Amino acid sequence: MTDRIVSAALGSASREVRHSALVRYGVWVAAAAAMAAMPFVFRSGTAITVMSLIGISIIFSLSYNILLGQTGLLSFGHAVYYGLGGYLAVHAMKIIIANGFPIPLPLIPLIGGIAGLFFAVLFGWLSTKRSGTAFAMISLGLAELIGSSALILRGFFGGEEGITVDRTKLLRIFEWSFGPQVQVYYLIAAWCLICAFLMYALTRTPLGRMCNAVRDNPERVQFVGYDPRMVRFLAFCLSGFFAGIAGALATINFEIANSALFGAVQSGTVLLATFMGGAGFFFGPVIGAILVVYLQLMLSDLTSMWQLYFGLLFIAMVMFAPFGIAGLIMMHRTLWRTGVLHTVLPSYLLALVPLLVMLTGAALIIEMVHHLAAKAAEGPAMTFAGIRLQANAVGPWIAGLLMAGGGFLLFRRASRAVAAAWSRAGSTAAAGGRP
Amino acid sequence: MLELIIVSTLNGVLFGMLLFLMASGLTLIFSMMGVLNFAHASFYMLGAFFGFQISRWVGFWPALVLAPVLVAAIGAAVERFGLRNVHRHGHVPELLFTFGLAYVIEEVVQIVWGKSPLDFRVPAALDFPAFTIFATNYPAYKLFMLLISIGIFIALYAVLTRTRIGLIVQAALTHPHMVAHLGHNVPLVFMLVFGVGSGLAAVAGVIAGPALVTQSNMAALLGPILFVVVVVGGLGSLSGAFVASLLIGLLQTFAVSVSLSLADVVGLFGYRPAPDSLLKDIWNVTVAQIAPILPYLLLVLVLILKPSGLMGTRET
Repeated sequence: MTDRIVSAALGSASREVRHSALVRYGVWVAAAAAMAAMPFVFRSGTAITVMSLIGISIIFSLSYNILLGQTGLLSFGHAVYYGLGGYLAVHAMKIIIANGFPIPLPLIPLIGGIAGLFFAVLFGWLSTKRSGTAFAMISLGLAELIGSSALILRGFFGGEEGITVDRTKLLRIFEWSFGPQVQVYYLIAAWCLICAFLMYALTRTPLGRMCNAVRDNPERVQFVGYDPRMVRFLAFCLSGFFAGIAGALATINFEIANSALFGAVQSGTVLLATFMGGAGFFFGPVIGAILVVYLQLMLSDLTSMWQLYFGLLFIAMVMFAPFGIAGLIMMHRTLWRTGVLHTVLPSYLLALVPLLVMLTGAALIIEMVHHLAAKAAEGPAMTFAGIRLQANAVGPWIAGLLMAGGGFLLFRRASRAVAAAWSRAGSTAAAGGRP
Repeated sequence: MLELIIVSTLNGVLFGMLLFLMASGLTLIFSMMGVLNFAHASFYMLGAFFGFQISRWVGFWPALVLAPVLVAAIGAAVERFGLRNVHRHGHVPELLFTFGLAYVIEEVVQIVWGKSPLDFRVPAALDFPAFTIFATNYPAYKLFMLLISIGIFIALYAVLTRTRIGLIVQAALTHPHMVAHLGHNVPLVFMLVFGVGSGLAAVAGVIAGPALVTQSNMAALLGPILFVVVVVGGLGSLSGAFVASLLIGLLQTFAVSVSLSLADVVGLFGYRPAPDSLLKDIWNVTVAQIAPILPYLLLVLVLILKPSGLMGTRET
């Protein structure tokens, strides 16, 4: 009798394992299939360029999350390893072309990765001596040091114009010249998949677990007999390696390496992408990378002040959703699993309307200020959301202020309703779900 | 040579004092709240732009008072309505909040004043040479900047050590909970310190605006150097910040007048580096050319030799 129960339990447990293994590997197979199919769905040149950029950005953001999300190290200079990886890849390509070495293009990112690893060992040894805020400041100082060197060491970094290279001149395999963008896309997609898989595997290793422990409680890590500094250092090196791969792919994609590659903007963007996606979850930076690349392209078409809106969105996320989009998704997944998701949705609708009104009002004011300040020569006439209006007239200003202010007050009331719905849903879920 | 040394020392001390005006607020805020304020240099920039705009309307002298007060109010509001809410999420979101704020402030400044440098002039009352050393005319405005920053330094020191509020601030630096238990309003003290710190950065902005370039990238240029000052001096140490500010001020000013390169140095020993290697620039770059990166080299050096900073006591 007992044996039967035990074997039944074991049977269901092994089914559970098989099921989860299917899910675990199925996700990767599905991702590979989706990446392979993408160029057949979105055929336009722009779409393939955007997808290439997203692929590079995903590797870069995931490598950054080894630091931020897994080890709890906030770096403001991650682009250093991205940029140096890119530069060394370009120099390596030039040497390979000049000497006719039989090394094909798909292996070049590995050179970038090794370069990133080398510099991460060098600078990581210094910067991982400290953690927390001091680490953040040191990373910033090092980034400035390398960034300024780019304009001093012109021979190596090529000054303002950078160094160009022709990616088609390397050894060809299977007659792939890598001239067409779609071939570069497949190269990037393949590397993206390999790197993402390796970085995911890293989170499952003992080292990955120790990184989490160092993030959560370095003192205890010391008591267990590990050196937190060594763990930080190893995480830093691995992160530099993957950042170097991303940098090399970026130079292959653009066929140029210039100082913008490791500028403060690049370091800032990867931080924004990782945090907005959600640093606490492995798939968070993937969402963030897709979102940021897409927003950068979409918003910059829409308004000349997209960076301001982008910054405001970031502040709003830091204040109200510090676990990023992935965090929001996971919160709702819990509700969905316990079957109480539908109880919070009506309150969302209630909050959405005043939120949109408030944002429209704020955007109207921002656009009018911008129009008056920057385009004074064009006169006060402008269009906002398809409506023609005078930026110096009283009407639009009152409308904007009313919408922003009134929307804000109503939104505050509605957000209380959301909070109440959440606490009700939470208590139902705790009581066993399904009211 | 003597002339160069005297003028460079004056300029170096001046730049160092300006750095200290900003670094003092930054390090006070850091040691009290544990927040490294990324937007601190942005408050300096706001000070310069507000100073420019107000001096257009009512003249330089009112601007010298009004702009810092305005920026201090903005700083206090940022603490009250922004940082205090983010605080419960932990230190990284706090840091990221100020990072986002710096980003937004730069964008706003670009929208309102544009990207090109402003024509922020030295006030007419101070537009004359104060004295002449050898052949160099030393402008009165620079002397005025020096006096203002030394004056504020003395006032800050007096407030922190001699007044009741200064003692509370000092106590809240190390034992905020104890101070709160004794019945002091610690959140209010935090807000005040944040406001005053931002205001001091704005004073630096108003007086530096006419002498340096008032442009929307001035925060991004100066911010990293401020962090170097704070780390080199030792996190949370005011006296360390003072020493480090002067050190970096002098270092940068002296470096720009030295035209020695590595090739010259090894040339003394009869070694000629290969002329066309990929890294040939390392040999030929002069000290003057690497002046902008010297603070960062100093940072690396300090980290190797004394990771807690010159006068720091705490390990973060």
